[in-house]
Amino acid sequence: MQTTVERSTRTVQGARAVVRLLEESGVRWVFGHPGGASLPLYDALYDASHLRHVLVRHEQVAAHAATGYARASGQVGVCTATSGPGATNLVTGLADALMDSVPVLAITGQVVRPNIGTDAFQEADVTAITMPVTKHNYLVLEPRDLPRVVREALYLCRAGRPGPVLVDIPRDVLQSEIPEDLLTEPFQPRYRPALDGDPARIAEAAEAISTSRRPILYVGGGAQDASEPLARLARRCRIPVTVTLMGKGAFDETDPLCLGMLGMHGTAYANYAINEADLVIAVGARFDDRVTGRLRDFCPHARFIHIDIDPAEIGKNKPAHIPIVGDARRVLEALEPLVRPPDVEAWWRQIEEWRARYPLRWRPGRMLKPQQVIQAIYEATRGEAIVTTDVGQHQMWAAQYYRCRRPRQFISSGGLGTMGFGFPAAIGAQFAHPDALVVAIVGDGGFQMTMQDLITAVEWRLPLKIYVINNASLGMVRQWQQLFYRERYCAVHLQNPDFARIAEAFGAVGFRVTTEEQMHDAIARSLAVCDRPVVVDFLVDPEENCYPMIPSGQSVKEMIIGD
Amino acid sequence: MTEALTAVPYPAPQRRMLSLLVDNAPGVLMRIAALFRRRGINIHSLAVSVTEDPKLSRITMVVECPAARSELLVRQLRRLVEVHHVQDITDARRTERELALVKVTAPSAVRHQVLEAARVFRARPVDLTEETVTLETTGSSEKIDALIDVLRQHGIREVVRTGAVALLRGSATT
Repeated sequence: MQTTVERSTRTVQGARAVVRLLEESGVRWVFGHPGGASLPLYDALYDASHLRHVLVRHEQVAAHAATGYARASGQVGVCTATSGPGATNLVTGLADALMDSVPVLAITGQVVRPNIGTDAFQEADVTAITMPVTKHNYLVLEPRDLPRVVREALYLCRAGRPGPVLVDIPRDVLQSEIPEDLLTEPFQPRYRPALDGDPARIAEAAEAISTSRRPILYVGGGAQDASEPLARLARRCRIPVTVTLMGKGAFDETDPLCLGMLGMHGTAYANYAINEADLVIAVGARFDDRVTGRLRDFCPHARFIHIDIDPAEIGKNKPAHIPIVGDARRVLEALEPLVRPPDVEAWWRQIEEWRARYPLRWRPGRMLKPQQVIQAIYEATRGEAIVTTDVGQHQMWAAQYYRCRRPRQFISSGGLGTMGFGFPAAIGAQFAHPDALVVAIVGDGGFQMTMQDLITAVEWRLPLKIYVINNASLGMVRQWQQLFYRERYCAVHLQNPDFARIAEAFGAVGFRVTTEEQMHDAIARSLAVCDRPVVVDFLVDPEENCYPMIPSGQSVKEMIIGD
Repeated sequence: MTEALTAVPYPAPQRRMLSLLVDNAPGVLMRIAALFRRRGINIHSLAVSVTEDPKLSRITMVVECPAARSELLVRQLRRLVEVHHVQDITDARRTERELALVKVTAPSAVRHQVLEAARVFRARPVDLTEETVTLETTGSSEKIDALIDVLRQHGIREVVRTGAVALLRGSATT
């Protein structure tokens, strides 16, 4: 009896409760930057046994690193920042994670409760600011709510469609003593998404696939954890597969059934195939404008099966003839055995003709070609690296030429298109997989947005390979100005620092490459470094354009195959 | 098809009436309002109050939105963690009430006309000055519109309306 009473009155400090709950849920790394309002959290981290903190030099890097960690591992990535400017610096990373459905937990310090709403030092209305860029967020004003909120936030990150969740905690709440038994109270999630698809719809979909003549699987990021049933369905029924930028790796791109990426800079044959298809099986994909182009001309002959865990995605851009709301893995596992292989002989003859006539290609020139560099990276790493990218031309070339074979291998900012994402995401991916080869393929523009954190990678002795595809310009913007703004180049040429020397100054290894021979040599030497990051600066042809290209808002009919 | 056959219960087809059950907590209304604001959808009326369960609030709102988009909006509302239930009740059989206070210019010479109009609409005078009469009325939004139209000739000083609240007819729950 005595012990029961003692137990119920034992208390724990709020900040320690947060750390303990994170540890108990399996979180091992938190990426962050401290400040006044989050000091109690750091005081608790000082004593943490399993949870370790990675100090970044800018909070945006913390958010992207947490995203890279989450995308590489499938686990929740955690980042933290102090109130005010610390928290606002997380915004881009949270928006990125929301667009690409990544489970990221952000914990921010807030000014003490009596000061909220008084324009106190380093105060910002963080829950209001982040409301549209998070799946959900919390401002914890009652210390007793803290354990429930942290557990619910961790749950929400991954429940249904994953996404970022932010918990804003005033400093005095972090310092409050709360009853310890609140940490172990039974937890009842109130948000319960449907995971199993409707069996009637699944049967209908199976029949539609069995009787189709020109089916195609259109695979998005939501299929990353459904690769086995997806492969069974595609292989047994010989259904061609096209992947989105987010779907890369969910199906083996070296399999002849795979037509590579579709969309604005997808392969010509993937775009021809989906637009001639009579049945499109969309799995965890959201008919983004970069995939569809002009909506009314997208797949004019097709019926759509749309499998997605988020009911709000079904019919958003294109009406779904057979909507199936559920987890992609569960739905495909139920669907696959019901499908009879359709007759796709004629369909494959047509596809192979397109594939032979319009291969991805580039022409060698006097200078290094960016495609050539990515092809060389692909070959030297035997296609096995975890690849992160920034946004722009290099990203599209990486998507085209770095063919992925396993899920969670390709980590790129898809929906938001965040320049500066690639390098921090690589930091996170390396923490998730310490022994894996992690390669960041970045542009000279994007790298300069977050390269200050080279020191973080040096400090942790991360053997990252940072391959800068340096065309001394904001290449994709330059390409659009060339094609659509009558070559009136405005604010696209970059005067760049010497990236190799910058790397050396940070304590990393740097190489500068201008010829094909140097290229192979530098890649080989970079792969031999195992105790610190390497930056290889590839000076490539600044005039090279990314093709094929379906201009924005147009259809496959307007596709530009190449110069 | 005649107009009578195609007519929907709610007068303007662009207006959709939504009924929501949400957490009774700070910030919930902002999340919902933000969802409409981002898409440029105006909230025509809004009524919020606590329900039989003190943890839950009922929101009845009328938004100006193309019918084709309303279904997607409902699904996007359902995605919010603090929103437990959403139903588009525009086309449903429902009991609907709104309350309005209307302050009308009514000097003694025309006051009887104002009060006569009020009687027809079953509006109650709740305040009286030498210059004005304030009427209270309850009913469908349509009926209140009609009363305001009739009173307009006398000069309306000001109007306040609660926005419609509604429940489904019969034993069905929203």
